[in-house]
Amino acid sequence: MRYQLIGVNHKSAPLEVRERLAIPESRLPDCCRDLTAHPGIEEGMIISTCNRVEMITHTSNGSADLRGFLHHHFDLKAEDLDPHLYEFREKDAVRHVFRVAASLDSMVVGEAQILGQVKEAYATARAVGSVRGQLDQLFTRAFAVAKRVRTETAVGSSSVSIASVAVELAKKIFGSLEGKTVFIVGAGKMSELAARHLMAHGCGSIFVSNRTYDRAIGLAQRFNGQAIKFDDLYNSCDKADIVITSTGSPHAIFRREHGEQFLSRRKNKPMFFIDIAVPRDVSPEMAKLDGIFAYDIDDLQQAVSSHVADRRKEAELAEAIITSEVERFEAKLHTLDVVPTIVSLQDHLETIRQAEIDRVRSRMGPLTPEQEMAVEALTRGIINKVMHTPITTLKTAARESEATTVIDVVRRLFNLYEKEKGPASRATREASGKKEVEARD
Amino acid sequence: MALLWLRFALACYFVGLFYAFFALSRTSDLFSRIALHAASLGMVFHFVSLVELFLSGHVVWASVHNGESLLAFFSMTFFMIIYAIYQTTSPGVVVFPIVFFLTFVAALDQQPVLLTSFVQHKGWLIAHIILIFTGYAALVLSFGASLLYLLQERRLKAKKPSSLISFLPALEVIDQIGYRSLLLGFPFMTLGLITGSIVAMSAYGRVDFADPKILLSILMWAVYMVMVVTRWNSGWRGRRAAVLATCAFVAAIVAWAANYFSTIHRFAAS
Repeated sequence: MRYQLIGVNHKSAPLEVRERLAIPESRLPDCCRDLTAHPGIEEGMIISTCNRVEMITHTSNGSADLRGFLHHHFDLKAEDLDPHLYEFREKDAVRHVFRVAASLDSMVVGEAQILGQVKEAYATARAVGSVRGQLDQLFTRAFAVAKRVRTETAVGSSSVSIASVAVELAKKIFGSLEGKTVFIVGAGKMSELAARHLMAHGCGSIFVSNRTYDRAIGLAQRFNGQAIKFDDLYNSCDKADIVITSTGSPHAIFRREHGEQFLSRRKNKPMFFIDIAVPRDVSPEMAKLDGIFAYDIDDLQQAVSSHVADRRKEAELAEAIITSEVERFEAKLHTLDVVPTIVSLQDHLETIRQAEIDRVRSRMGPLTPEQEMAVEALTRGIINKVMHTPITTLKTAARESEATTVIDVVRRLFNLYEKEKGPASRATREASGKKEVEARD
Repeated sequence: MALLWLRFALACYFVGLFYAFFALSRTSDLFSRIALHAASLGMVFHFVSLVELFLSGHVVWASVHNGESLLAFFSMTFFMIIYAIYQTTSPGVVVFPIVFFLTFVAALDQQPVLLTSFVQHKGWLIAHIILIFTGYAALVLSFGASLLYLLQERRLKAKKPSSLISFLPALEVIDQIGYRSLLLGFPFMTLGLITGSIVAMSAYGRVDFADPKILLSILMWAVYMVMVVTRWNSGWRGRRAAVLATCAFVAAIVAWAANYFSTIHRFAAS
């Protein structure tokens, strides 16, 4: 188990740092390739969401220089980045991956979006081949654990997500949401979810604007709303009471002058901006305007912290599940260590059995089918009985720390080390034997 | 007797005052319910006190203290109307202390009444008093609402988790309370000033614009007017509206204080 993980999340790093590390979806495959090309890294996967950027790797020696990779790849100075980084190895890395997938490390504990995001990251990395056997195992298990946490605890039940927090905040500003207008800028899954929540609480009409107009039309149709060309954004945005913005723009698209324009056109009626984009879409200057209430992703986190307290109990339950799952995963990995031994033990005994049957057959001549079957059953029965105890012992030992010792003993007892070297090594051994004989002569 | 009932009312309003001081720091449903019940009971005593005054003959409201008592009662009435519509006791944070203060002063002692002997049209005088005090009470409410608006705006801007669990109603609800009080109060205030002028005309034959009471009243009305217009036209709210509301409120207090040095709007005691 040589898993190694490095990253930043909403707790370890402020938005300003995460903004610089965020990797857009389009660049993710290349970045995965770069990661696996880094010395010492065998497999690698990157999760980049608005709350976290994490590199999960399987390394050749368990201590690859992941920090070096980050400094180099993002062209960041160590002193700027390092205080915000966390790094986990082996069991701790496994635990962290499980916690992330199960949404226990989320800004809003229990929100369901993170699992989807991790699955997408996994699919991307698999597609470029940077995830293979080891990480594959880890993440397949992580998805199962996430499902178990979801079904066995109430962590995800009351749908406290960014979306419902946004609804609550909107109600603090507007009172009733009846008849309020929502404007989605940048058609993304999170903004769609937030809009759905708002509509469910009474918001009346909806506008959608996106750089790709077709996507705006698609989303608008789903909500019975109206698509707006991105060029018309500033002219029509003031119609909205609530603006959900999540574009991939590297700069703020709503600046102070836009805010002033909107407010004067709406006679200073307040506007609520839910800015879930990283980097932010609403400039801090605009957020200062009277009548503009802009909440970015970090502010939403603060707003939900009160809910987190309610969920602490369920989260504890979930943590217990994670702990037991980490143990199980570790044990399973060890079991995988004993599998080759069991296989070669079975092969070894099967070879002996076949050889003995052949010997008997050559001595006794052809057997009738009945005799053939009886001999087969007899020999198999003996082999299975003999193998039963060593195999059970191996499997039990795998779950404990003595696994390697037991593997070693079994291999020595049945001379499996020699066998595994295969015909090629046997040939060299025979050759060297001959040389020895020749030398003696 | 009227004074005794008023003092009972004062005791009840004290609970409201207590609530006003603590509601800002913590939210308690039970506490706001107690305050509400105490305030209602206080209003009953208060009402009895006012009725008794009325039944005792003359236009006895026309004393400084009785006027304050009447204003306190109207303010409470507005508060209750708002509670009935919006189910919120939060305006009490501002209204309760003002009401308590007014009632406290009024409950100190009974004062001789305004020299009304020279007023020929007592009906106009009563109309003037009721209209102008309703206008004042509305102003108190809209002043309170604009302060609460500022407070809630601050909280939402500070983005603290507490902004979600705060006792304050939604920003737009506070805004509506303030705006509706403003709109409602304005005609009352205007009509109150007109009836006042009529009373003055009938008493003195002219309106003396140099008199501080009249001058300040007109100033207050002008600020009131500016508030309504800016709100109507450009939807001023938040900080700017709060500044205006404070100006109007201060103007109202000064106009009230002018009773003490006005030559025409005189009470017997002053």
